[in-house]
Amino acid sequence: MDYIQITPAQQRLMLREVGAADIEDLLRQVPAEARCARPLNVPPALDEMSLREHLTALAAANRCASETACFLGFGAYDHYIPALVDRLAARGEFVTAYTPYQPEASQGALQAFFEFQTMVCQLTAMDISNASLYDGATAVAEAALMALNVAGRRRLIVSAGVHPHYRRVLRTYLADLPAEYVDLPLEGGLTAPAGAAGLIDADTAAVIVQSPNYLGIIEDVPGIVAAAHARGSLVIQAFNPVSLGLLRRPGETGVDIAAGEGQPLGIPLSFGGPYLGLFACKSQFMRRMPGRLVGQTIDAAGRRAFCLTLQTREQHIRREKATSNVCTNQGLMALRAAIYMAAMGPHGLRRVAELCHAKAAYLARRLAQRGAVLPFADLPFFNELAVRPSRPVADVLRDAADRGILAGVPLEQYDDRLDNCLLVAVTEKRSRAQIDALAETLA
Amino acid sequence: MNVPDDRRYLPTHEWHLVDGDVATIGITRHAADELTDITFVDLPEVGAEVKAGEAFGEIESVKATADLNSGVSGTVVEVNSALKDDPGLVNRDPYHDAWMIKVRISSRADVDKLLTPEQYSALLSRQ
Repeated sequence: MDYIQITPAQQRLMLREVGAADIEDLLRQVPAEARCARPLNVPPALDEMSLREHLTALAAANRCASETACFLGFGAYDHYIPALVDRLAARGEFVTAYTPYQPEASQGALQAFFEFQTMVCQLTAMDISNASLYDGATAVAEAALMALNVAGRRRLIVSAGVHPHYRRVLRTYLADLPAEYVDLPLEGGLTAPAGAAGLIDADTAAVIVQSPNYLGIIEDVPGIVAAAHARGSLVIQAFNPVSLGLLRRPGETGVDIAAGEGQPLGIPLSFGGPYLGLFACKSQFMRRMPGRLVGQTIDAAGRRAFCLTLQTREQHIRREKATSNVCTNQGLMALRAAIYMAAMGPHGLRRVAELCHAKAAYLARRLAQRGAVLPFADLPFFNELAVRPSRPVADVLRDAADRGILAGVPLEQYDDRLDNCLLVAVTEKRSRAQIDALAETLA
Repeated sequence: MNVPDDRRYLPTHEWHLVDGDVATIGITRHAADELTDITFVDLPEVGAEVKAGEAFGEIESVKATADLNSGVSGTVVEVNSALKDDPGLVNRDPYHDAWMIKVRISSRADVDKLLTPEQYSALLSRQ
């Protein structure tokens, strides 16, 4: 369904129809003391040519990842986006649609979301996926709320390997709830199942772990699942969808809820957003899932159709008993991810994952050859690793930037054992020359 | 509306059929009609404790979700498994085949506080 602005003539017609002289007439009922008496401090409108000039100048003050060799990761990655994704997602019917959930008007969007859900299930090997949430951080927070609700317990054991920003968001979500956030520290870069087991008790709703964790290290998810399930606690895994081209899927390891960041699936870095929350779980938890769910049905003429389903989970019907107040999805981003996944297919996604890992492994070898310090050298990683350069991180970052390289994310502020460390991510887009240049800068 | 005279009621439309120290609980025809097509009944496990005045489960229809309340305290001794695959049974036969749980009552005093069929009918006619 397109959004098309109304013309001044149409506006006059509408005003006449409702018996108003002008827009001001409609606002007359607002009490004077509630109205802003002065004109707004907004500059006058620019014509298209001047506006374009102005925005171009503003944009020139930024440097895009696409102009650099970007080795930044930490939850958002510089993956290749096929032209197909931009082209199809830019269609007016998709770009301008606002909450396209009415089955009588939005079959195309609903079908796309249904296919998105299906592909997320295939990717994660989980039973059921929703139509998306806002981003990885809020997906993890929603998973935590769902676990508290489902288990009827109050403690959450949260691995320190979960992205620091996700943990902060989670704490915000829990702040006014009768829930207890328990920190599970990393030991040598990993979450130890024994460490988890030591903290889990009869009041533990869930253990939350991320794999690969924020330091890029692959965690022992089956071990943590065993420890949690032994005490009747759920396991929430935060995951990277591209990593599932190579790594074991959450559904294969017994994870109860999988919450991930979908940005790697055809969504640009865009200075932090909009991104995409992926959310999938076991079918027994279906009725407690947050967010929109699209189902397949038949219409009055017996044709296949799509519509929102299980809406009695949602707050507009369940009110204060709903698991969550989320009543939308990240439609345009979910569409991009669906197009990306369909275009790449399982073989394509595997290939992307293989390239990411192979190139990251190549970087690790080059760094080792040059005598660089890798704090977690013996641990398995997917495409991200911590490096401690021989020079101060600030100098390394500046020199790298001068060479057109975004070298990595400083880690010291997240863990003081990682003083003077950088987190470096390698994607399929990085060339050998770029990786060699980075290695030279780091060691 | 006529309600069965062999049982007692809560103002929230749950009926309680007491036999010895076991109470069978379900919802009334009025409640089932208000909810319209029932899609899911969420019931406790055998062995669960229920408390008078508190919810023991939830019932979902195409238009709403509502608590299922118990007027008695006690332990759940039986749960109607037919409702798992056929929630529509609640609309078809709310007073018999669609019973929900059986509770071993811990206090008879609770039963005496429930509404009589006449009191419940009067409440319905006031709505």
